[in-house]
Amino acid sequence: MSSLSSARLRRSIALHLFLTPLALIWLFPLWMMVVFSTMPDNGIFSPGIELLPHGNFVDNFNNLQRDTNFVGAIGISVSVAVTYTILSVLLTSMAGWALARYQFFGKGVVVGIIFGTITLPYAVVLIPQFIMVARDFQLANTWVALIVPPLFNSLGVLFMRQSFSMMPDDLFDAARVEGVKEWRIFLFVALPLARPMLAALAIILFLASWNNYLWPLLINSQPGSMTAPVALGTLIGLTKVSWGGIMAGAVMLTVPMLIVFVLLQRHFIAGIAAGAVK
Amino acid sequence: MRNRNATAYRFLAPYLLIFSVFWVWPIISSFIISFQATRTVPWRFAPGFNWGRLIGDPAFFNALKNTLLILVIQVPVMIALAMVMAVLLNSPLLKARGLYRFAFFAPVVVGEVAYSAVFRLMFSLDFGIVNKLLNSVGLPKIDWFSNVTPAMALIMIAVTWRWAGYNAIILLAGMQSIPEDVYEAATLDRVSKLKQFFYITLPLLKPVIVFCLVLSIIGTMQLFTEPFLITERGGPGGGTETLGLLLYRQGFRSLNFGYASAVAYTMAALAIAITLVELWLTREKQ
Repeated sequence: MSSLSSARLRRSIALHLFLTPLALIWLFPLWMMVVFSTMPDNGIFSPGIELLPHGNFVDNFNNLQRDTNFVGAIGISVSVAVTYTILSVLLTSMAGWALARYQFFGKGVVVGIIFGTITLPYAVVLIPQFIMVARDFQLANTWVALIVPPLFNSLGVLFMRQSFSMMPDDLFDAARVEGVKEWRIFLFVALPLARPMLAALAIILFLASWNNYLWPLLINSQPGSMTAPVALGTLIGLTKVSWGGIMAGAVMLTVPMLIVFVLLQRHFIAGIAAGAVK
Repeated sequence: MRNRNATAYRFLAPYLLIFSVFWVWPIISSFIISFQATRTVPWRFAPGFNWGRLIGDPAFFNALKNTLLILVIQVPVMIALAMVMAVLLNSPLLKARGLYRFAFFAPVVVGEVAYSAVFRLMFSLDFGIVNKLLNSVGLPKIDWFSNVTPAMALIMIAVTWRWAGYNAIILLAGMQSIPEDVYEAATLDRVSKLKQFFYITLPLLKPVIVFCLVLSIIGTMQLFTEPFLITERGGPGGGTETLGLLLYRQGFRSLNFGYASAVAYTMAALAIAITLVELWLTREKQ
C-alpha cells in the first residue's frame, strides 16, 4: 500500500512540475496584455522588465478612443454578434431539424453538399462574396453585410441534426396526434429539449462573430462602420499611435470573453468538442 | 421519421437560400473568374491569363513555400503538444484541474487581432519582454522581425499558442469517450501506462486526431491575420507571406480578382488533396 501510494505521489509531483511551467507560459501573453494596457507608453518602451500592472488604463483607453472611435466600434461588434447569433442559431437548428426528423426528396444531396463544404477553404468564396455584397447588392459598410453572408455554418447544422435525431419519436408523435402543427412542435417541444446544445452553439457562434476579422476588414472598412477588431487592427503597425491604447482595446475585447468562458466553461467546451466551429 | 417534402423544405428554405447565394454561386463564380482577365472593363474570358501567370509567378511560389513550411512544421508540433496537454489534463493524479484547463483553453477565446498586438510587443527587438528575458539569462537578443527564420518561427509560435488548447479540447473529449473498462482490463493485465497510450488511446483516437489535422490544415492553409498584423504584411521582404496574404494583396489591394481567384482555387485544391490523403491513410490502417 505505502509503496504504491508513494509511486503515485512521485508521478503526481512530476506531472505538476511539468504542467505548471507550461501553464504559466500559456498564460503569460494574457498577463502581459493586462500589464501593457495599464502602462504609460514610456513604460512599455523602457529597458527594464515590467511584469506588474500600473495605473494607466484610463489614459490608455482615452488615447484609443481618440485614435479610433472604439466605443462606437464595440457597439457595432456587440449588436452584430448578438443579431448574428440569434439568426444563426435559428437557421441552423431549423435546417438540422429538417435533416434529422423528416424523410424528403433530395435529402441525400443536401446532406452531401453541406458535409462537402466543411473541408472547403473559406478563401474560395471570399472574392465572389465580396463582389456580390459590395458591387451587386451595394451593401458594403452595413450591418447586413456583416451578419448575412456568415449565416451559412455547416458544422452547426450537423451538430443540431445530431442532437435532434437522438430525441425519441414518441414525444413528437404524441403532439402530432393532438393536432399540433410542425413548426409549433419544433419551437415549443424540440428546441427547449435541445437547450444544452443550443447554449453551446450560441456561445461558439457569438465568439466567432466577435473575433471575426478578415470579412469585416474587407466589407466594412469605413471608419463609422468598423467592428472593434477591425478598428484595433488599423492601429497595429502604425508608428504614431499609443501602444498602451491598443493593449487597452485588446483587453476590452478579450477579458469579457474570458469571464464568459469561466462562467460557461461546460457549454463552451461542449460546443468546441462537438466541432461547432470552423 | 416522416415523409413530408413540403414541411422539410419549409424548415430548410432560409438556410438553403443563404447557402445558394453566398456559397454555391460563389464557388462556381470563383472558378469562372479565375479564367477571366479582370482588370479590363468589361471582364473578358482569357483561359490562360491568370493560371499561366500563376505558374510563372515567383511571388506565388514564395507564398506556397511559406504556407507549406508552416503547415509541415507547425501543425504536427501543435497536435503533438495538444495531445500532451490532453493526456496530462485527463490524468486522475492532477490537482486543481480547472486552473490548468483555464490556462490552456483561454487562448481559444482570444481574437486574432488582440493576440497579434500582444505578440508584436512581446517580441519587439529592444523593448520586447522576450528579448529582455533572453538577455537576462545571458542569451543574445533575437531580431524577430527583420530576419526571415525568426519571423517564421514567431508566426508558428503565435499560431501554436492560439490553437493548441483548442485541439486539446477536442482530443480530451475524444479520450473521455473511450470506455473506462478497456483501461481497467489493461491495468489488470499489468500493461504499462505508456503502452496503454500507444496501443489503446492512440488507435481509438485516430478519427479525432484526423479531424484535428484536417481542421488545422484548412486553417493554416488560409493563414492571414498573423502574417498581416504580427510580421507586418508578410515581412521581412515577403519572408512570411502566405497564400492567404497573397490572395488578400492580389484581390483587395491590387483589385486583381481573377488572379486572386486562381490563388484561392490552388488553396482549395491543396486542402482537398491533403484531406483526401489523410482520410485514405486512416482507412488503410483500419
